[in-house]
Amino acid sequence: MARKTPEINSSSMADIAFLLLIFFLVTTTMDVDTGIYKKLPPIPENETQEPDVKVKKRNVLSILVNRNNELLVNGEVLSISQLRDKTKEFFLNPANKENLPEKSLKTVPYFGDVMVSKGLISLQNDRGTQYATYIRVQDELAAASRELKDEKAMQKWGKKYDELTEDQQDAVRKYIPVQISEAEPRNTGGK
Amino acid sequence: MSKFRKDGKKDLPAISTASLPDIVFMLLFFFMVATTMREVDLNVDIMVPEAKEVTKLEKKDLVSNIYVGVPMRKFQKTFGTEPRIQLNDQFATVEDIQAFIASERESRKEELRNKLTTSLKVDQYTKMGIVTDIKQELRKASSLKLNYSTRQTAE
Repeated sequence: MARKTPEINSSSMADIAFLLLIFFLVTTTMDVDTGIYKKLPPIPENETQEPDVKVKKRNVLSILVNRNNELLVNGEVLSISQLRDKTKEFFLNPANKENLPEKSLKTVPYFGDVMVSKGLISLQNDRGTQYATYIRVQDELAAASRELKDEKAMQKWGKKYDELTEDQQDAVRKYIPVQISEAEPRNTGGK
Repeated sequence: MSKFRKDGKKDLPAISTASLPDIVFMLLFFFMVATTMREVDLNVDIMVPEAKEVTKLEKKDLVSNIYVGVPMRKFQKTFGTEPRIQLNDQFATVEDIQAFIASERESRKEELRNKLTTSLKVDQYTKMGIVTDIKQELRKASSLKLNYSTRQTAE
């Protein structure tokens, strides 16, 4: 004689599920890691044979940050908010001024023969500089670089730099090479 | 027209709760999938600086974190109030970084080892000296991909 199997009471199922749910609600951290991406230069293999590249003074935008978080850009005291426009002017050099970087004729895919700036940013900070200031300077430089690239991308394709294909982005990067070299920090102000 | 009965003679039928477990389970699965458990307990106070030009850090399993900040109050007796480095769960010095990077590489699959990114989670009031030392150590360990962790500001 087959007996009916009694049905399992499922009324406590909701409670169990709620318990688990609350546990996961509490433990969840949904922070997305964001940050400024940088690539460090490798250590030269032979330190004595370090290639001493001579760069003309007009081709260098030297940014010094001291321990009071003040900026000296090419011998001129600037605030961080002015840095972006200064950097853009430095790379574009629209009036071909004597004291701004030279340009050289280069062939860039998609763009053809164009004048490419030989500019170079040299960033030096003190050991006593605040980290937040350093990040703000990096941020402003990155913003200047992106704005320059967006501008060129807009002219050519009517799109922003981020929306371009990889080949096109490569071409824009060749057109506007923003190089930042970070010098070893000085210890002028003590720790 | 008596769609809405005003006389409350009839008892209201109870709302069926039979589908409640399903709803809760759905939420549960969502949170189970979205959860990332915190791997380390922070021993230092960190408030990362703000920045606008940020990129999202993809592939979290290929990221090793270095924390720098002032030790939390309960550690201040032993470790002082100067910013310290934390690797995994312990306080460390700059000299430990190369070993840390080596062990991080060791724990990854062979083909992924050179894709490791180091994420620097540094408190905004830290001085650059310690950060520069870390960068030098990373260069020596030839771990060149670096990410300065920042909060994103609304423009």
